[in-house]
Amino acid sequence: LTLCWFFYLAIGHHIPIYTQCLILVISNKESAAQQKGLLIFGVVLSVLLQETFRFAYYKLLKKANEGLLTLSQEETMPISIRQLAYVSGLGFGFMSGAFSVVNILADSAGPGTVGIHGDSQHYFLSSAFMTMAIILLHMFWGVVFFDACEKQRWWAVGAVVISHLLVSCLTFQNPEYVASLVPTYVILFLMGVWAFYSAGGSLKNLKLCLTCKDKDLLLANHRPR
Amino acid sequence: MANNAEDIENNMNQQEANRSPDSTQKPQETGVPRVRSRGGSAAGAGAGTGGGGDSGGGGGGNGTSPEQNGQPPAAPAPRVVEREEEEDEELTLKYGAKHVIMLFVPVTLCMVVVVATIKSVSFYTQNDGQRLIYTPFPEDTDTVGQRALNSILNATIMITVIIVMTLVLVMLYKYRCYKVIQGWLFLSSLLLLFFFSYIYLKEVFKTYNLAMDYVTLAIIIWNFGVVGMMCIHWKGPLRLQQAYLIMISALMALVFIKYLPEWTAWLILAVISVYDLLAVLCPKGPLRILVETAQERNEPIFPALIYSCKMDNILVMSHSPTRRLLFKPNWYLFSAPLASPVPSSPSQDDGGFTQSWVSQQEHRLGPLQSTDETRREIQQMPSARPPVEEDDEERGVKLGLGDFIFYSMLVGKASATASGDWNTTLACFVAILIGLCLTLLLLAIFKKALPALPISIFFGLVFYFATDNLVRPFMDKLALHQFYI
Repeated sequence: LTLCWFFYLAIGHHIPIYTQCLILVISNKESAAQQKGLLIFGVVLSVLLQETFRFAYYKLLKKANEGLLTLSQEETMPISIRQLAYVSGLGFGFMSGAFSVVNILADSAGPGTVGIHGDSQHYFLSSAFMTMAIILLHMFWGVVFFDACEKQRWWAVGAVVISHLLVSCLTFQNPEYVASLVPTYVILFLMGVWAFYSAGGSLKNLKLCLTCKDKDLLLANHRPR
Repeated sequence: MANNAEDIENNMNQQEANRSPDSTQKPQETGVPRVRSRGGSAAGAGAGTGGGGDSGGGGGGNGTSPEQNGQPPAAPAPRVVEREEEEDEELTLKYGAKHVIMLFVPVTLCMVVVVATIKSVSFYTQNDGQRLIYTPFPEDTDTVGQRALNSILNATIMITVIIVMTLVLVMLYKYRCYKVIQGWLFLSSLLLLFFFSYIYLKEVFKTYNLAMDYVTLAIIIWNFGVVGMMCIHWKGPLRLQQAYLIMISALMALVFIKYLPEWTAWLILAVISVYDLLAVLCPKGPLRILVETAQERNEPIFPALIYSCKMDNILVMSHSPTRRLLFKPNWYLFSAPLASPVPSSPSQDDGGFTQSWVSQQEHRLGPLQSTDETRREIQQMPSARPPVEEDDEERGVKLGLGDFIFYSMLVGKASATASGDWNTTLACFVAILIGLCLTLLLLAIFKKALPALPISIFFGLVFYFATDNLVRPFMDKLALHQFYI
């Protein structure tokens, strides 16, 4: 079931990209000098659209889940909102990462020299790291976002949006990889910790999990939501 | 080869209708909701063999046998329906996701095979100037208007051929010419398994510069073909049968990709999904007539190539190429009646087509079958859920091979001709999967025969053109500067 939802959501991530591109193409009849400015504008708009769609997904999934719950006469939801958050984030991340990197991967399999015209030689490597960071970030953002919406903590929602914007804007400096990759990974780590805590994890849980002790405690914590 | 391709083309273009029979069907195997797509191959095959002369006699009709999944929506037994509606929905949603995943895997595999071939073997993207006989107008014309006109004409011819084939098929079925249909299907799969796989293997060897002698090649092709024929038309391990069905769908899709010019291909995809919609849902649609006829006769639709996810337990079904997986959350009612023909016939293992056997049975035993079924139905009605366990094993979804072919054709064409390359391919792939999910969802909701093509193809086309024209320039620029969104 999770996998199924994952697919639905992965698909949905296309939509913000498409609307974004539509807007951009329409507005892109400017001169070449303004291209970069337009591109930046496009990126910002795209990020905002993605977050809007994430919120829309939250609403949709919540409704669907509740509908499913009332339909099936069980007490527990077939899939908890946290699982949905994880799947949604994963879907977003997967699609975003795939679209960013698959062409680069295809080109890297063919003949060529990296950076022969004076560009950076670490193009492929940095793209790979960046993509990995983005995918994980989307996942963490998904978890934090859904959790914040559940608990009505709007500042957390705002923080997610701002951090997404921050990461995208960091990539504007991209030939200087130190300036963009390092902060991104710092943000990734922080978001990861935040997501871990908001998903119900704690140091105690982590220790129990890593040492494989006390399964009963872990099971007891897994209450139906 | 071109001639064969033409024949195949002919055969292939049968409608693929995806239908799920009504849950309240009479106890027949067709009763369970099935997602069926009709492959027009049967018709094509017949036309190929019949009119083999005109097209230079390519290998007989072949092409995916038309998936005539006509599970006729049987007249619902009203009591049954009411009692089970709530259970229906719950089980539907519960098992729906599992079935969706079960269908994702083969569809994905088929697309992966097609895309991998397109990307590596250049033969299938070369324009040799050969065209199928059904698309006689060339597309390399001087003006855009001329090209558009030619492609419209091509698509019209193709769809007419498909409609004619389907009608021929329905007529044959109606007048009980089962032998003809079976022979047609047999020849179709023969051609596909031997001839087209030979060409495919040859091209793969050419691409990778492998040397192989003819003797080894002959042995390989012979074994591949014979085992394939056995698996598809007779008995065989389920996984092997599924693998063969995926392979022949991929082969067919590759043939289409090679021999259909661009605009024609897109137009055909669009038109065929509209036709599929009409043919399955309209009261006078040929496929619907087929389904209803089969329903009247209380027999399964003649053996067609349908991909099924699970083996039926019923011995009858295990003989037929139509291994129907019935997508039936609670239609256990209809699984049991499948067993009804079994006890009445001792000679199950003659390896013949089920269809002929069933029709023989019908002629000989007459109403015996139906009484068994009705008895069983009545027996099962009061019981709440005992047969559920055995239903679990028989549950599954069925998807016609024609659907596989057209989905793979769309994705393959996208990867062959799109300038955005992998982004477009990925977008089309995802779009088709969404369409499939939605179709299965509708199937679970409506519980009747539904066409599988329209939604998926529509999404696929929309996503293809949107990605190619809108997303690609944006993504290219982003990748150039290494901006990430």
